[in-house]
Amino acid sequence: MTTSPQPPFQAFLDEHRQPVLAYLRAAVGHGDADDVFQETFIAALRAYDRMDGRHPRAWVMTIARRKAIDHYRARARRPQPRKELPEQPVPGPEAQAGDAEVWTAVSQLSDAQREAVALRFAADLSYREIGETLEISEPAARRRVSDALAALREQVDREDVA
Amino acid sequence: MNRIERQLKRALDAPPEESEAAALRLAERADREGLADVAYAKFDSPLGVGLVAATSRGLLRVVLPKEPPDRVLEQISTRLTPRVLELPARLDRERRELEEYFNGRRESFDLELDWRLTPSGFYRKVLRTAYSKVPFGDTASYGEVAAWAGSPRAYRAAGTALATNPIPIVVPCHRVLRASGELGLYGGGPEMKKWLLRLEGAID
Repeated sequence: MTTSPQPPFQAFLDEHRQPVLAYLRAAVGHGDADDVFQETFIAALRAYDRMDGRHPRAWVMTIARRKAIDHYRARARRPQPRKELPEQPVPGPEAQAGDAEVWTAVSQLSDAQREAVALRFAADLSYREIGETLEISEPAARRRVSDALAALREQVDREDVA
Repeated sequence: MNRIERQLKRALDAPPEESEAAALRLAERADREGLADVAYAKFDSPLGVGLVAATSRGLLRVVLPKEPPDRVLEQISTRLTPRVLELPARLDRERRELEEYFNGRRESFDLELDWRLTPSGFYRKVLRTAYSKVPFGDTASYGEVAAWAGSPRAYRAAGTALATNPIPIVVPCHRVLRASGELGLYGGGPEMKKWLLRLEGAID
């Protein structure tokens, strides 16, 4: 036990559980999100007294992202190029009308764009935090999200026309 | 935020009750893996809701209804360990004994105590003395407790030790009064001190 400036872990967990679960549902799918959630926060708890307290959200999302990649690699049976995130995030049973189309559209983005979208809109990170999590610059993070949005918009418009 | 961004936010959000359930499972797993250094839980009393917190060594902190629970948990996190989790099941015994006490069915507590929130030395000695020498229904003065702890003239320091008692009720600082018979200060408020002494039949 060491002296540290961290808030009680329960407060940290309560503050970040919602965006972490939302991110993981987008990253590994609804069915496996809880397992990876458990792995994420157990790892966070083990490392908690070494956390850099300035960006706790980015810190925990970095762990979540790593655990999502571990999970995806463990699942990949066939030798094939590794993707950062699974191809088909699955909406939960409680999804509303229209959500399914959004999920479908998101699942058709490139891996990098899908991940940026998940970090921005599910994990609720700022562009700076997305940059830190993905180890890219803040402008690059902004560009990646806006490119993804343009691709999504195009796709949704196409569906509206069809 | 435009339409597609709002749509994304809504579609990608997780149901709050699901993240709450996931957090509960997490706390239980952390406990099984020995990672929950401090477990805490709410308790109900006739004077309001309080908290109890314990480590593997024993009861660490009783947070009275008038104390600010978030700040107390932050102090524990800073002073002892940040691995603090809400785990009601680990505090069943503490909560049951407190409930029995408040219902007038228990006069002393059968609990291990973790004294680490009080610096070792005179302060801790004062609290141990109050714990072992002032039984239910009885009272003592600050001077008496100071003397029993080995320093008859240190009644002011004894008063400070008792006023900062991290385990009130169980370590009965409410039973220590001024020599004049005035009740003196109490972390849970003077009304609570009076209420506890009445419950124990020590005052009218």
